[in-house]
Amino acid sequence: MKILVIVEQREGKLNRVSFETLTGAQAIARETGWTLEAAVVGSGAGDIAKEVAGKKVANVYDIESPQLAAYTPDAFVAALKPFIADKKPTLVLMPHTYQVRDFAPKLATALGRALVSDCTGYKKEGDKLLFVRQMFQGKFAADVAFAGEPPYFATFQTGAFRGDQVEAGASAAPIETVQADVPASALRNKPGEVFKEAKQAVDLTQAEIIVAVGRGIKEEKNIALAKQLAEALGGEIAASRPICDAGWLPMDRQIGSSGQTVAPKLYVALGISGAIQHIVGMKGSRTIVAVNKDSEAPIFEVADIGIVGNLFEVIPPLVEEIKKAKG
Amino acid sequence: MKILVCMKQVPQKDAPLKLNESGAWIREDVSYEVNEPDAYALEEALRQKEKHGGEVVVITAGPARAQQVLREALAKGADRAIHLEDPAFVTLDAANIARAFAAAIKDEQFDLVFTGLQSDDFGFAQTGVILAELLGWPHATIIMQIEKSNGGIKVKRELEAGYFQHVEMPLPAVLTIQSGINKLRYATLIGIKQAKNKPLRKVALAEVQPNLVSNQLNIQRLYVPQKTKKTEMLAGSPADVARKLTEKLKNEVRVL
Repeated sequence: MKILVIVEQREGKLNRVSFETLTGAQAIARETGWTLEAAVVGSGAGDIAKEVAGKKVANVYDIESPQLAAYTPDAFVAALKPFIADKKPTLVLMPHTYQVRDFAPKLATALGRALVSDCTGYKKEGDKLLFVRQMFQGKFAADVAFAGEPPYFATFQTGAFRGDQVEAGASAAPIETVQADVPASALRNKPGEVFKEAKQAVDLTQAEIIVAVGRGIKEEKNIALAKQLAEALGGEIAASRPICDAGWLPMDRQIGSSGQTVAPKLYVALGISGAIQHIVGMKGSRTIVAVNKDSEAPIFEVADIGIVGNLFEVIPPLVEEIKKAKG
Repeated sequence: MKILVCMKQVPQKDAPLKLNESGAWIREDVSYEVNEPDAYALEEALRQKEKHGGEVVVITAGPARAQQVLREALAKGADRAIHLEDPAFVTLDAANIARAFAAAIKDEQFDLVFTGLQSDDFGFAQTGVILAELLGWPHATIIMQIEKSNGGIKVKRELEAGYFQHVEMPLPAVLTIQSGINKLRYATLIGIKQAKNKPLRKVALAEVQPNLVSNQLNIQRLYVPQKTKKTEMLAGSPADVARKLTEKLKNEVRVL
């Protein structure tokens, strides 16, 4: 029985989130006694393979083809499908990144298997391995079991495990280079360069205090109220995705998986329900204060201080109190 | 361009959800709405049709109540609808939903299939990509812009942390659409009236059953997530709460 972790390489660099998945995989390997292997897919990814080989894994495969230099779902699946069919891992684990979201369901389908995506953890119940993931925008968690034959595919959400807790190996694991047969004709997508839209006006990652608004703010004109609080606190204003989609605040003030990831001293979430995509962008904050009218909003699961109430009633006296306290 | 838009009906965002007796699914007596990313997918399809001509067809799988999603889409301008109608579709995994869709459209020739990038209930973000693989078509995910190019399309993919990438691909293709790609329209009164006369094809579970497999993913149980943090809840009047919070911000969080 084997676990295969496919680490993520982008533009020739190892995506550090891969170490989180490796940490999770090492924990599963410890509990099950299964062998843990890792693979990197790319062109000239030898250095990445070496870095991964320093971790506690049985061996590392460096799957190489000139067609794998730039990411395309066709090339990745063309390389990984025969590899997985040959190595027969029981479990294939990957980080839940935008790149993995793009090819992993295709890979699992090409092998006639299923993928449980965006997991926050796992459970071992008897012989059964269950994968834990959030559903209904974080209102519930689900324990998901695989049925049928392996390989079983799963992806782990950013932050599911601690990347800095990945165990180093006693000695470097052997690296095996695998030449993948990816014909140029298999590639239908022609990817362009990766680019950033406009230069970001604000770098929220440097802010010590952030006041973020979500759907609960209801109308564009109410943003002013949240701005008053941000000003009183001496912090930056930010938002969850829907607010930026609506154009109420610029896109560069968005917190979450598609925006910025922040860890300020204080994060005040106003009318933010706490969908996973937002949580991953702010859960590292030192203190999280949440104001929401719904006591069951998932944001309270990560909040240090919670207020169930109407933010339009809470903010004005709060602004006054803060001004008083600051003198 | 002939475009299929895959849509899903999901519980309303702020609907209070309760578990059913099985403990593996929710009680279904809640209010429903269209999955938000799917609304953007529909809007994008309508805009592409307005630019290039063609047809917009909407499809959903779910019980009778899910027809509402199709009616709204028709009212906004979709030309016709396909409803895979059966309560059993609710708990099928993403692979089976994709299989059912593939079977239901086997006699059609679409240029593009759109889905929302993920659903607000399962959140698997897989159905579109699986459907592309089943159809043998190329795909791209989390799309923020679509243009016609020589013999195909050029799309803008959203990547993490504010990065993007353009990708060119031939047609037919499957795209999963990101929320915020466009501004949603409202249905007009005329649109709502016209929708009543637009064709809506019902497909029974039995018609697609031969294409389905047994679920390879099974939800064992649903539960309220265990708290990872101890949350201190502040209660009282708005003035009380404001005073308590300010004290904490000053003395414990030390940011004032």
